[in-house]
Amino acid sequence: MQVHDHPALKAEARDLSFFYGEAKALKHINMPIYDKKVTALIGPSGCGKSTYLRSFNRMHDLYPGNRYEGEIRFFPDNTNLLSPDVDPIEVRMRVGMVFQKPNPFPKSIYENVAYGLRVRGENNKRVLDDKVEQALRGGALWDEVKDRLHDLASNLSGGQQQRLCIARALATDPELLLFDEPTSALDPIATGAIEELVHELKKRVTILIVTHNMQQAARVSDYTAYMYLGEMIEFGKTDEIFIKPNDKRTEDYITGRMG
Amino acid sequence: MQQNALTTEQVRALIAKGKLKDTIFQAMGILCLAIGLVVIFLLVGDMVMRGAERLNLDFFTNFASRRAGSAGILSAWVGSLLVMTVTAFAAVPLGVAAGVYLEEYAKRNWITEIIEINITNLAAVPSIVYGLLALGIFVYQFGFGQSILSAGLTLALLILPIVIVSTREAIRAIPAMIREGSMAVGATRWQTCRYHIIPYAMPGILTGVIIGLARAIGETAPIITIGALTFIAFLPPLPFTEMAPGVTAGPFDWLMSPFTVMPIQIFNWTSRPDPAFEINAAAAGFVLMAMVLSMNAVAIWLRYKMRKNIKW
Repeated sequence: MQVHDHPALKAEARDLSFFYGEAKALKHINMPIYDKKVTALIGPSGCGKSTYLRSFNRMHDLYPGNRYEGEIRFFPDNTNLLSPDVDPIEVRMRVGMVFQKPNPFPKSIYENVAYGLRVRGENNKRVLDDKVEQALRGGALWDEVKDRLHDLASNLSGGQQQRLCIARALATDPELLLFDEPTSALDPIATGAIEELVHELKKRVTILIVTHNMQQAARVSDYTAYMYLGEMIEFGKTDEIFIKPNDKRTEDYITGRMG
Repeated sequence: MQQNALTTEQVRALIAKGKLKDTIFQAMGILCLAIGLVVIFLLVGDMVMRGAERLNLDFFTNFASRRAGSAGILSAWVGSLLVMTVTAFAAVPLGVAAGVYLEEYAKRNWITEIIEINITNLAAVPSIVYGLLALGIFVYQFGFGQSILSAGLTLALLILPIVIVSTREAIRAIPAMIREGSMAVGATRWQTCRYHIIPYAMPGILTGVIIGLARAIGETAPIITIGALTFIAFLPPLPFTEMAPGVTAGPFDWLMSPFTVMPIQIFNWTSRPDPAFEINAAAAGFVLMAMVLSMNAVAIWLRYKMRKNIKW
């Protein structure tokens, strides 16, 4: 890997391994995540990219029998996100997440976005109104829903629901935003809207995105990591990974000979 | 496998054979269904016809009497209603809290396994056993006496397993992604339960509660065991009214009042030698039936109404 003038670090995985019970799903991963950049995780199904992503907000802590080894350092304060001394709730307050399938709560559009703020104890209506509007603008959804904020979120289309989920994550100003294949349940037009949004969002937040779609990785990301069987095979600038990958396995995957 | 291919005639014969079995099964199914329905309609119809002459307003507003013609079910239906109120207020918080704890908080280990198996077993314990337990604990140990409070708590114990199980089933029907979505913004377990799990499980919980109450309202054995009266000609004291000259009832005095309930009233009338009381029993049986059916109707309506807005 060549040395580049990289931007500041937002997070860094250091010798990260992860176990589902006895099964080792991630193997000694080392990887930087640069501030206000989009980093894409690609790789065939079962390679551990979602597992890796879900380590950043300690989602694995919700289920018994899961175990981490190694560290994820989070900057600027150099906290180890995986430390047993760090409350997973504190981690999730700083790291937002958007899921594979849009998962709005069966509540109004407004309540969906306001939820993160309510969890933080914010009940002032003026503040909530203001932040909900900002978040919906951030999620490029405001113009479509501003006249029906109190309608049920389930009445929105799939693409709108996913942008609502992005707005829900944005409302609490996360430092890092995780996307777990956010467009895999969406049609091409809705996908385009989300990709455009990701591009827009990196001005204010660092983004880590899992995608099974290599064109998408090429379109939206600044850096790309290729994972295979729980290992980090290659990490680099997206242009370089896609134009001249160093590893044979990366090349095979990108050129479609595998996966 | 060309040589094994069936001719068109053979295929048609096969289909015809299959369809014949289809028809036979369908006919048998309809017959079984009809037997069940006809029996229920005959029972209810017979009860209505025999009790019809008593089914008027007086029947609901008269106390029990030695003369069949002027006997009514006032103390019984008021008693049933009050006992059910106590049951609901006791069983719902306990059952919902237990169900939420088991689903959302409890670690999966052998202790929770044992608790789970025992909750299922509790649902199968004969109701008279609950009556005996309540006689010892509520009536004597706690000194609640033969009161509405004792009866309500007894029936609450009886339906607690139903409430717990329906709470857990309703919670399990909520997709994991909703829980994850809530936790992902930094919510605690309790915030997730309070804002999502409990509200979304509510239709299922309420259905379970009402089905439980519908069972409890027809229970006779445990109520007799704790000593409900069979003949009672007064109502529990209404809060803030005058019970006796110069004595005003407190807001909860009715809880300690003696009482009777519908099934006991029916039982009492059927055991009388005078056949005129059979008419009363039939009429009261129909009223009890109507109470149970309308509770079930409310359960269905509530579920429909509340589920309309919950989609994922």
